[in-house]
Amino acid sequence: MNTIILSAIFGVVMMFTGIFISNRAAYKHVAAIALLVLLVFNIYETHGFVLFNVNADYFLHFEKFGLLFTSICIFSTLVYVLLSGKDIEKAGANTAEAFALIFFVLCGIGIVTSYTNLLMLFVGIEILSIPLYILTGSDKRNLKGNEAALKYFLMGSFSTGIMLMGIALLYGAAGTFAVEHVASAGMLSYLEALGMVLIFVALSFKVSAAPFHFWTPDVYDGAPTVITSFMATVVKVAGFAAFIRLFEGRLGTMGSQTDRLIAIVIILTLAFGNLTAVFQQSVKRMLAYSSIAQAGFMLFALFAVNDVAKEGLLLYAAAYSLATIGIFAVLAKMDDMTFEGFNGLAKSQPLIAALLAIFFLSLAGIPLTAGFFAKYYMLAAIIKTNHYIGLAIIGVLFAAVSVYYYFKVIQAMYFKDGNIVLAPVTNSFKYLLLAVAVIIVFLGVYPNALLSLLYF
Amino acid sequence: MPITYYITLAIVLFCIGVVGVLTRRNAIIIFMCIELMLNAVNLLLVAFSKMHNGKALATNPTSLAGIDGQLFVFFIMVVAAAEVCVGLSIIVMMYRNTHSVDVNFLNRLKN
Repeated sequence: MNTIILSAIFGVVMMFTGIFISNRAAYKHVAAIALLVLLVFNIYETHGFVLFNVNADYFLHFEKFGLLFTSICIFSTLVYVLLSGKDIEKAGANTAEAFALIFFVLCGIGIVTSYTNLLMLFVGIEILSIPLYILTGSDKRNLKGNEAALKYFLMGSFSTGIMLMGIALLYGAAGTFAVEHVASAGMLSYLEALGMVLIFVALSFKVSAAPFHFWTPDVYDGAPTVITSFMATVVKVAGFAAFIRLFEGRLGTMGSQTDRLIAIVIILTLAFGNLTAVFQQSVKRMLAYSSIAQAGFMLFALFAVNDVAKEGLLLYAAAYSLATIGIFAVLAKMDDMTFEGFNGLAKSQPLIAALLAIFFLSLAGIPLTAGFFAKYYMLAAIIKTNHYIGLAIIGVLFAAVSVYYYFKVIQAMYFKDGNIVLAPVTNSFKYLLLAVAVIIVFLGVYPNALLSLLYF
Repeated sequence: MPITYYITLAIVLFCIGVVGVLTRRNAIIIFMCIELMLNAVNLLLVAFSKMHNGKALATNPTSLAGIDGQLFVFFIMVVAAAEVCVGLSIIVMMYRNTHSVDVNFLNRLKN
């Protein structure tokens, strides 16, 4: 509850900051402080300290998993604002409003990680999406940005319509919007089965799982790079929190047919994401496809829904978000976003090149980075379910494919010569990037540091 | 009237919306079709709400069961209004730059 209320308040505060403070460089610091406060209060709530004691049990229920997930999202956003704050200033004319919208997105994330009612699922997803439509189009003069915004908006509201139809059908069958009631029904009627499938399709749209991924590369490519960074990490990961909360109690009763449905979606997502990423020329577009591929891995949690899967999803959220935010922060400073643009980075900026290499290794799931344990937990969760073990094998195979395109960047940085054009970077940027890399390596050696927060 | 009529009507409206979104090329018409989908859902929710209420009234004459379906409709209306704001402004922004609202125009991002 702290997050939801405070982030809405901070959003409004940020808008007023835009009126009263004319120095654009200051917005970033205000936002960073507000995010820090938000993070502290959210962690406090995990320990039972609530600012506003509102009884909303029918709509929202706050438990450790959801709160920890929100903490990871807020922390990633904090890192994102600190790393890319300068680029947000360049993306559009209204910097303060862009930060305000980011806070409103966090408000939506607070809701989708802890809802117990389909009404709140709908409201949360919308609070999360609508500011993003605006952020995507924040560069008003840029035609590609406009196009991405329109495409994202049309696809987003279309999927909302589908989700609402699903919710309405579930309501017709169950007579209530409460998730646990929807989840506990034994045999499925036609209405319920259709409703669940429609909600599944709509949420697949939001997390860009194949075959509903086609908007993702265009939108991620067209949006300003800083905004893509936020969309592809924090928001996408939050979509999975919504997903797993809905399906938590459900899967056991839904039987083998839904299992098969999810398995097909996972395989399609992994295949489309990885195989298309191999053929990309632009690193930004490659990252868009790789985010689809990573979504395929995160869907494993949805298939398995056990404790290992939940732990894995937390770890995956942290590992994936931090690494991708780091990569995008460097990418936003480059003019040439093709693979050739990275040629010779190791010579001119050895530290940044080394850190980027760590991020890419983490995304590929190489041991000693957080990405390795994230993938490990996902596969372990699948194996623990004792059926569809073939899925784990497919996952490993596609993880091997992903190594190819991630290493192409590392190869360009270290083994090719070229004149790199990089916007000037400050020392604080480098140290921050170093800190993110340290966190990733630390989680890769000792993942329990994060997971033990679930149990105390 | 039996509930099936309402369900059928809502599904038909919804399908018209979906087909419109998938086949039309004018951004505004696509947008209208999305609104049609949302309104089909509203209709269905109200019908289900009445149905659940009717069932509960049979056993308990002061029952409020089914009221949350109607509440949901208000939320959908509010959110749809917010979406219209954002959506129309995006379309206007697009029109200012390209002088067209045709989504076929939108293939600069391919490749």
